[in-house]
Amino acid sequence: MQLKSMPVQTMAPRVEVPERRDTRVPSETPSTQPKVSVRDLDFFYGRTQALHAISVDIPERVVMAFIGPSGCGKSTFLRTLNRMNDVIPATRLSGKVMIDGHDIYAPGTDVVALRRKVGMVFQKSNPFPKSIFENVAYGLRINRITSSKSELAGRVEQALQDAALWNEVKDRLKTSALSLSGGQQQRLCIARALAIRPEILLMDEPASALDPIATSKIEELIFDLKKQYTIVIVTHNMQQAARVSDTTAFFLLGKLIEVNATEKMFTAPNEKLTEDYITGRFG
Amino acid sequence: MITYAGRADRSRRISSALMTSLTALCTLLAVGALFIILAYIAVQGIGSLNLQFLIDSPRPVGEGGGIGNAILGSLVLLGISSAFGLPIGICVGVYLSEVGKGRLASIVRFIVDTLTGIPSIVTGVFVYAILVLPMKHFSAFAGGVALALIMVPIVARTTEEMLKLVPHSLREGALALGAPQWRVTLGVILPAAASGIATGAMLAIARVSGETAPLLFTAFGSRFFPTSLNEPIASLTVQIYNYALSPYDEWHALAWAATLVLMTLILGINIIVRVLTRRKF
Repeated sequence: MQLKSMPVQTMAPRVEVPERRDTRVPSETPSTQPKVSVRDLDFFYGRTQALHAISVDIPERVVMAFIGPSGCGKSTFLRTLNRMNDVIPATRLSGKVMIDGHDIYAPGTDVVALRRKVGMVFQKSNPFPKSIFENVAYGLRINRITSSKSELAGRVEQALQDAALWNEVKDRLKTSALSLSGGQQQRLCIARALAIRPEILLMDEPASALDPIATSKIEELIFDLKKQYTIVIVTHNMQQAARVSDTTAFFLLGKLIEVNATEKMFTAPNEKLTEDYITGRFG
Repeated sequence: MITYAGRADRSRRISSALMTSLTALCTLLAVGALFIILAYIAVQGIGSLNLQFLIDSPRPVGEGGGIGNAILGSLVLLGISSAFGLPIGICVGVYLSEVGKGRLASIVRFIVDTLTGIPSIVTGVFVYAILVLPMKHFSAFAGGVALALIMVPIVARTTEEMLKLVPHSLREGALALGAPQWRVTLGVILPAAASGIATGAMLAIARVSGETAPLLFTAFGSRFFPTSLNEPIASLTVQIYNYALSPYDEWHALAWAATLVLMTLILGINIIVRVLTRRKF
């Protein structure tokens, strides 16, 4: 695969961490404005601080990978981007998370609309105990996106094709989603997220429970999807980060240590800590 | 060295054999008692059991008669109590599992647990006071309400437990697609727990179908087939009670036969529950 042939200029510049120095002022012109812009984000579970002063920009239509040891806060950070942490009681957050220039934690933000725009795929595939068709149609139905049955069927087919699952399930759309294999279930969950056409796709270790073949299918899929979507992927697997991402962010103990072009990150990182982690000296 | 190990080995084997026989004996006692009860009821009841008995209504001593009206009455009472008890119980369960957080929810849970432990005769007296006295007569409706009050806490707690078994990832998956909380609960969580909730409902129905005490002051009993929910209604349990208390041997035999019918009814409900739960796996 020629996954590393993407131009390098789409990558985010390096962010200074942990100093709270804002080196870039978000530009007014939409072409250069990052899709996601996070400033000084602190996050707490009860009294435990899970994220410390995270500042990062995610440009449009790139794949950014979050790497780091278990418990470093990368999943927590991912979940702040669609306010999924709101579900967990006794969590608190300060700082700014801007998507398309709007602070998603500002009072009055429509969380439902936000989650429609920022889709999510979870570590463990979580298809609903419904038919394959109904799983993909769920988001379309609840958001009343389609107006006719044929339009709904068309969007479901499109989403399944985008998730590279259509050919495997087109003859059994009415059967239970739980009858699919693990890898198929995960692609079904991706199709479910794609059906409502989000702009950003968050993936929390989407391939960690899958075998190598299913994993490579998901990775190819990510590569295809970045033409249309901004993708943020959390992964434990550094080879995976190297294969699929344009930019990589390294988290350690709730701090963002380094953000860099993936190639540079894995060959000549700026930070000593990053190098130690990547070369397997800890974590 | 070897003798010591041998002795330890032997005492271990002896205590193991002892404990195994002890558990076997206890199991035998429990199952045996149950089996003797079932067998005794079957032997005593089977003699008076015939089609006439199943469809006729009671007659004076010496003229035979049956429990057709009581079977129908029991089914009507179960219908009324299910119509009230199941929806309310399921709603309370949804509240406890999905909606209620913090102090209020734990207060509600405590009350529900307390309700489960209230003797059923207390429920009967309560319904007598709030429904029968104002209406000035016994009724099928009052009996159904009394049984429903017994069902609510059972259904509520099983529903709560079943909903809590639904993986959290399903909730997050639905929320991440932009579903509001109520749609997640109605469209994803409840269907996922449906078979478990159905099991709880059936168990609650089986439980109240054996209740006598709350019906004595509410449905009261009747010698006729029911014509209205607003009048006293017969039920298997009360009919058994009346037959068994009478001084006539003939009625005692009828009580045994009615007991056999009731046991079969409850057994049937339990078998349906088993089949429903098995289908899931």
